[in-house]
Amino acid sequence: MSKHHVTTKINGDETEFLCETDETLLDVLRNQLGLTGTKEGCSTGDCGACSVTVDGRLVCSCLMLGVEANGKSIGTIEGMAKGEKLHPLQEKFLSHAALQCGICTPGFLVAAKALLDKNPDPSETEVRYWLAGNLCRCTGYDKIVRAVMDAAAEMRGA
Amino acid sequence: MQEKVKEPGSEFTHIGTRPVRPDGVDKVTGRARFGADLSLPGQITGKVLRSPHPHARIRSIDTSAAEKLAGVKAVVTAADFKDQPSEFVPAGEMMINYRDVVRNVMAREKVLFEGHPVAAVAATSASIAKQALKLIKVDYEVLPHVIDVREAMKPDAPLLHEDMITQGMTPAPTKPSNIAKRIEIGLGDIAAGFAAADIVIEREFDTKPVHQGYIEPHACSATVSEDGQAELWVSTQGHWIVRAHCARLLGWDVSKIRVTAAEIGGGFGGKTVVYLEPIALALAKKSGRPVKMVMTREEVLKASGPTSGAHVKVKMGAKKDGTLVAAEAQLLFQAGAFQGSPVQPAAMCAFAPYDIANVKLVGYDVVSNRPKVAAYRAPGGPIAEFAVESVVDELAAKVGLDPIALRLKNAAKQGTRAAYGPKFGPVGFVETLEAAEAHAHWRTPLGKNQGRGVAAGFWFNIGGETSVSLSLNEDGTLSLTAGTPDIGGLRASLCMMAGEELSVGLDKIRVQIGDTGQLGYNFLTGGSRATFSSGMATVEAAREVKREACKRAAKMWELPVEAVEYVDGKVRPAGPNAGKHEPMTLAQVAAIAGKTGGPIVGYSRINAHGAAPSFATHLCDVEVDPETGKATVIRYTALQDAGRAIHPSYVEGQYQGGVAQGIGWALNEEYIYGPDGRMQNAGFLDYRVPVASDLPMIDTVIVEVPNPSHPYGVRGVGETPICPPMAAVANAIANATGVRMTDLPMSPPKVLKALDDARAKGAAKM
Repeated sequence: MSKHHVTTKINGDETEFLCETDETLLDVLRNQLGLTGTKEGCSTGDCGACSVTVDGRLVCSCLMLGVEANGKSIGTIEGMAKGEKLHPLQEKFLSHAALQCGICTPGFLVAAKALLDKNPDPSETEVRYWLAGNLCRCTGYDKIVRAVMDAAAEMRGA
Repeated sequence: MQEKVKEPGSEFTHIGTRPVRPDGVDKVTGRARFGADLSLPGQITGKVLRSPHPHARIRSIDTSAAEKLAGVKAVVTAADFKDQPSEFVPAGEMMINYRDVVRNVMAREKVLFEGHPVAAVAATSASIAKQALKLIKVDYEVLPHVIDVREAMKPDAPLLHEDMITQGMTPAPTKPSNIAKRIEIGLGDIAAGFAAADIVIEREFDTKPVHQGYIEPHACSATVSEDGQAELWVSTQGHWIVRAHCARLLGWDVSKIRVTAAEIGGGFGGKTVVYLEPIALALAKKSGRPVKMVMTREEVLKASGPTSGAHVKVKMGAKKDGTLVAAEAQLLFQAGAFQGSPVQPAAMCAFAPYDIANVKLVGYDVVSNRPKVAAYRAPGGPIAEFAVESVVDELAAKVGLDPIALRLKNAAKQGTRAAYGPKFGPVGFVETLEAAEAHAHWRTPLGKNQGRGVAAGFWFNIGGETSVSLSLNEDGTLSLTAGTPDIGGLRASLCMMAGEELSVGLDKIRVQIGDTGQLGYNFLTGGSRATFSSGMATVEAAREVKREACKRAAKMWELPVEAVEYVDGKVRPAGPNAGKHEPMTLAQVAAIAGKTGGPIVGYSRINAHGAAPSFATHLCDVEVDPETGKATVIRYTALQDAGRAIHPSYVEGQYQGGVAQGIGWALNEEYIYGPDGRMQNAGFLDYRVPVASDLPMIDTVIVEVPNPSHPYGVRGVGETPICPPMAAVANAIANATGVRMTDLPMSPPKVLKALDDARAKGAAKM
């Protein structure tokens, strides 16, 4: 059984890897590429801890095979800050204390960024429904929703 | 005198402010390393073979074919773990027995629940390890099983442990049963109490087991050198506890095992016991390779946690004016496959919020073919308090008092003797009730199909063994090492307390969670003790640094040590010597440390006493759909006594998180078993925890009645918030519909059925 050679772009960098047919993108990111910021909470697409973007679209990386990344552009939490500058969502998660244990945080940030890229001015209800695929067991979502709304406002220059 | 502190911050520099947590950037960038994020050179993968049966005798296990598979480096079974005599030791706020722990980690004579480990394999890849598991032949003699608590108590129920004689009964039963223990707690004369009551209400309640639901599955990596030096990297609430349990189960010296606590992706009590850790160490020893093990979500749900399901009977009596005069409860708690449910703490806190002269509580700890329960946030409390707070709500309506007024009339306060023994010191229950009464939420009119519920909450909180070190670095900055894993902002709180004591900026203190080789023993992060206990130790360590700094300056200045004081982050001559020398900064003191006696380190090792309970009052509005029975929480306010909030954002976060878990427990979450004794909803799709679109914003009010035993007045806050929500939701549903729900979860089909039944009798409000 030979491995597949995959060429992809991860956080803007050309990346090549070899993977088995049944390896998920999540396995590849974590186990082969050392990108452990993407978390595994369920491996059934129910918790959103493994959220990444594929050509800009929000995806649970546990539901996508590594081979499917061929020719695609993948975005992970590791690509969110630019140099020493945190993304406004990251800043707002910190200032709003929108995390406790932090295991769901990368997934929430990736998902929230995907929302704001599409909709820079979401209502609270839109934020709650967009993030309904990301489970957090610590915060009750209150501070997360506030952080996302506040980041959106700041990014709009409001 | 109780004081209600409003705006903290005036008397403090750091305490009561909301700085960014020191570990925050790592956690928003993906840099933080959690349990499954470590990879060691040469690492292989461990997997567990689990029982498909809820109850079976193991006739034999044949691992020979698995051992021969290429890539398999080690296989272990129960034979690799020494049997343990019966001995109870504390684990968090619960007790465990090593005889049971060794059997829970790896089944010996019998498997007692679906998912019970029977063997484990370490192989060069996960897929080879999975293939190897399929090659292990286990010969089972399948036995009849029992899942429900009341079924398990019947005399003809299948016996899990053929030698289990109920403890706490006089005379002791002669026949074994699934009832591990009977407990009784009381105060006054219960019969006289009920005789004096004008109104008596008695109700029965059922709750289902629910899982802690941490998003990070259990994970660890172990390595053991040829000379027996072991290292374990693990997601845990208490790495000293893990070290103790592993040493015991493996028969190794404690000193041989060094445990590092990874960042932990939630625990809520569920990461206070060992599952994978001793197996990973045994596999690492046998294979000579580092072994990494990570549970799947299905394994987490089937074989770790959850908390008990229960059947609870509550009877309460009141005078016409609303004075509570008698309270009685019977609590039947599922322990899972091994004894040790939280029935004791449940009984202890059931009536704790109230000043009642006559109380009787009887509890039973019952085993059945389910995973052994683990602590879950205020273990037992939410179950008992759901029942009691529901009955209190009915009593209030019966005597014609509003639910806050009835609680105010009977609230425990300083000097009240609790049914479980002690007299309360300064506590803030009355203050939370008054704050609730004054809150806009309480007076906002409700809409159609809406109802409002009130419920109180109580949890004891604990202290315990704690070590902290605080080193003054050579440039005057500080390194603080604590031993209680940081699950929700602990580093921030400790940093703020050290900064407050020493009058230094928070950016000058770096906080780390030390491994088991770096500090003396630390009990775990649990029992709402971390900010209290590690905070107390941090303050002591900081005070030692101050004393030592004064001593060093005194030496330099050739003054007696009493003639030097520490003010505003500097040491300076005091009293008659004031002004004789320029004050020295901590950096200047650090620079002369070598010449004046060596490194300056504050080291505190304490058994933290004086943990004080935290009371809460919650307000909840629901809207019930009359067609479907779906109850939606539309507004929620949690008001709780924090003693003093060090970092208010993380205190609020505890309130909000506990409420969300409680709402899940109230409305959605439950373990569902088929007649085959197998769990039918072992995934997050079907075991449905609340998501963002299920919940409203959760408003919080931090009431501060300082704990006199803590240098900054801290009480634990983490557990109390999960106690009131089930009753708050049930009381709100009763208020909206006229129907009293007594069976959790209050899912749409159950509410609809109750509504239809009430409609048939003309008793429904919708």
